[in-house]
Amino acid sequence: MDPHRKRSIRLAIALGVAVVLAGALIYTSFSAATEAQQPSQLLASGKQGKSYELTGTVAAGSVRHQGDVLLFRVRDRTGSASVPVRYTGEIPDPFREGREVIVKGALSNGQFVAERDSLVTKCPSKFKKKNSQ
Amino acid sequence: MTTFGRGLLIVALLTALYAAFAALRGARGGGREWVVSSRRAIYALAAVLTAAVIVLESAFVRSDFSFGLVADNSSTTTPTFYKLTAMWSSQSGSLLLWVWVLSLFSAGVLFATKRRLREIVPWATAVLAGLATFFCALLVFKVSPFTSIANPPTEGAGLNPLLRHPSMMFHPPMLYSGYVGFAIPFAFAIGALAVRRVDAEWIRATRRFSLIAWTFLSIGILLGARWSYSELGWGGYWGWDPVENASLMPWLVGTAFLHSMIVQEKRDMLKVWNVSLIAGTFTLALLGTFLVRSGILDSIHAFGASTVGGWFLGLIAVVVAGTAALIVSRLPHLRSERRIDSLLSREAFFLLNNLVLVGLCFVVFWGTFFPLISEAVTGHKASVGPPWFDRYTVPLAVALVLLSGIGPLLAWRRVTLAQVRRLFAVPAAIALVTLAGLALFTDASSSPASLVLFTFGAFTIASVAGEFWRGIRARRLVSSEGPGTALLSVVRRNRRRYGGYIVHAGIAVVLIGVAASSAFNHQVDVRLVPGQSADVGGYHVRYLRPTSSVSNEKLAFGAVLDVRKDGKRVALLRPSRSYFPSLDMRMGPIGRFFGGESTSEVGLKAGLRRDIWTAMQPDLSALQPGIRAGNKQLANAGPKAQAFAIAFLATSYQQKSPAATFRLIVNPMVTWIWLGGIIGLGGALVALWPSALASRRRITSLYAARLGRELSRARA
Amino acid sequence: MDGGLLLLLFLVIAAVGIAVLSPLRNPPADFDEETHGDRLADLELRKETKYSEIRDAETDLHAGKLSVEDHRELDRALRTEAIAILEQIDRLHGRPPDQDGRENGRPG
Repeated sequence: MDPHRKRSIRLAIALGVAVVLAGALIYTSFSAATEAQQPSQLLASGKQGKSYELTGTVAAGSVRHQGDVLLFRVRDRTGSASVPVRYTGEIPDPFREGREVIVKGALSNGQFVAERDSLVTKCPSKFKKKNSQ
Repeated sequence: MTTFGRGLLIVALLTALYAAFAALRGARGGGREWVVSSRRAIYALAAVLTAAVIVLESAFVRSDFSFGLVADNSSTTTPTFYKLTAMWSSQSGSLLLWVWVLSLFSAGVLFATKRRLREIVPWATAVLAGLATFFCALLVFKVSPFTSIANPPTEGAGLNPLLRHPSMMFHPPMLYSGYVGFAIPFAFAIGALAVRRVDAEWIRATRRFSLIAWTFLSIGILLGARWSYSELGWGGYWGWDPVENASLMPWLVGTAFLHSMIVQEKRDMLKVWNVSLIAGTFTLALLGTFLVRSGILDSIHAFGASTVGGWFLGLIAVVVAGTAALIVSRLPHLRSERRIDSLLSREAFFLLNNLVLVGLCFVVFWGTFFPLISEAVTGHKASVGPPWFDRYTVPLAVALVLLSGIGPLLAWRRVTLAQVRRLFAVPAAIALVTLAGLALFTDASSSPASLVLFTFGAFTIASVAGEFWRGIRARRLVSSEGPGTALLSVVRRNRRRYGGYIVHAGIAVVLIGVAASSAFNHQVDVRLVPGQSADVGGYHVRYLRPTSSVSNEKLAFGAVLDVRKDGKRVALLRPSRSYFPSLDMRMGPIGRFFGGESTSEVGLKAGLRRDIWTAMQPDLSALQPGIRAGNKQLANAGPKAQAFAIAFLATSYQQKSPAATFRLIVNPMVTWIWLGGIIGLGGALVALWPSALASRRRITSLYAARLGRELSRARA
Repeated sequence: MDGGLLLLLFLVIAAVGIAVLSPLRNPPADFDEETHGDRLADLELRKETKYSEIRDAETDLHAGKLSVEDHRELDRALRTEAIAILEQIDRLHGRPPDQDGRENGRPG
């Protein structure tokens, strides 16, 4: 087999493998992904029992500890729609009222039951507008 | 003073603009004087930006709160170290850091290439000056670090306590030095393409900068992981968060570039790969800088609604489109006559290495940007989590470890099977022995991926050791040095190669640590009152007693944990939770302590075989009645009464001994990650160290004499 | 900004302007010499790189990565390239290239 043909075959094999792997990757990413929803979207069209990523702000005055369980409400970033959340697991250091959070879980009887340890709190903005003093 | 700083930035902007203009003029045949002028302009830019940084830092040190940046990020009680490093905990300060480092690196490379690469340097200068202009324009028109406050407050907001850790302070400048460092080879690549001089000259001239940039980036990533592990309350070091990924992607492609450029230097091949890889690395570096401040992705770090996000996207688009157009138009010059002769050669494996690293980068890229991709495709934002990332990165990482062990054993062009047998025999044997040992005597086979990675890691470390041994032996054949001296001479004669080998060994150690601590860790979350105990990973942990402390900065509730194995005490851990009071008086004089920032102090007993890690969350519900009563009674009391109440609260915590939730983790071999990082850093330093001039001259003259003799013989 | 700082800013602008514009007013006259020196530096660097490649090949031979025949072929090619560079350096120095390639005054 002359070298040129050998090289073309190698190139074809390499490309083929790459395409197959990329295809597998892309395909599974869609099925493995969790949809992100804001509270207003969740209230409007959220399905019971389906896994979602809830994003929003921790509503003021809504944080309560009941033993190991953390209860709070997440509201839209701009708006008042809010969803009650029941969370167990590690509470990130920056967690506070008014902070933006992402929590993964599912709706169950009007309450968002979170997966364990799935709470992510955004670091307080380094680049925020100035605090009123 | 702020106006002076603003003035300096305007001077910097005009200087950068002039540098770009003069460099272009010189590049297009305007005459040498324009090139010299543009180089001087870059020196001047570095000087002016240094002055601006000094103005800003001195404001921090003096706690001059007429500077908006100082008032927002520092306070009189902040320790001086954190005052100095607070500059880059803000958007505008970090952009100033970026362009300052860019100006310093640019000045350095232009000084080093004063007498060389005459055709390429003007274009490279233009690119670097253009980048500097972009950043200076942002600093002058969009986000100024020199905003002033008309009525300066008497006290600043102080630094976020989460950031008050040395790792967090070095992490941004290390990352930025890495990102910016890659701008230098990128600019020279563009210059080389522009003048169609695409041999290895541009690579050789910027090789040191590429390696320095890669080293800084690696340190920055490791520092971030270390901070996450030892400061945050979740006990992990990598979460596939978008900002973590944003720093990993340029590292992956940058590593590919570092290897691929060797092929072009030695064999004049892979030219298209190299210009594409450096363009990709720099684009990803810009993307990394952009992601952290754009808010387009939900992550721990994404500071939303920033004003400069759109501009960054524009710069990235220009860089990508411009480079692609340039590469396509110069494609005929980039084609090499040489071809890869054999699949069993160093070139072939470097190419394979490129593919694996780019593949890894693709996986990380896809997963990171998936929310945007899925929104474009399906209309909903969806995200993939760590399990998806792990599934695809683990096999590729395992392959990478194997490649980093095979690569050093191969020669250029082609290796015969006999040589393969001879060189691979010992490392392969060691790897198989490791495999058997782990499979038989430990439970490592419960995680097949880890077992394979350990085997390959052993192979890599053995192969690196073999290379050193062979080098020392060959050296001692010609000289009569002892093994130690031979080792030094061997390394000194070929720092790049042996430094690179050490880095490979370091990477293998890091990945072994990652595999062991991910697959074999034991974790429990338990709720304990003093006296109770829990078991985790073969250790018996008992909550001895609560602790508390008060300072003028914070209130801390902690615990003392006794950790035993087989009855013998192994460690005494002291995790705690610190509460920094909020300035918001609406929560009540006592309540505001618990409404401000709170940080975990991790209790950690590190060791070579395993780490014992713990963090705690005290149950404050028992204290709530006291807090509420304190709020009411002390609403109008003075600070002394409040301080007394806080002290009383602290003592009552110790006496009441409420329950606390503890996260206990036994993490095998995490320390190997940090150790591997140090090994890799050592290797990089060896590779970077400039060769001693004296020994070079001696060798040169020996060879020169020999060549001279052959020359004369040929001519006779 | 008080008068002192304003003056300082003007001084900075003046310094930058002088540093940057002086090459334009007085173009570096010794052009040819600079070009000569640059080309010499370029060639010296290429020579050093070629020598390190020759050394690398020798190391590979000792380490058993290259067979003796492969090394001989590679070594010959590299030395030819090195000789070509030495010839160019000699030409720049003004020496006719068919001298015995003396460097450092050592007899051939």
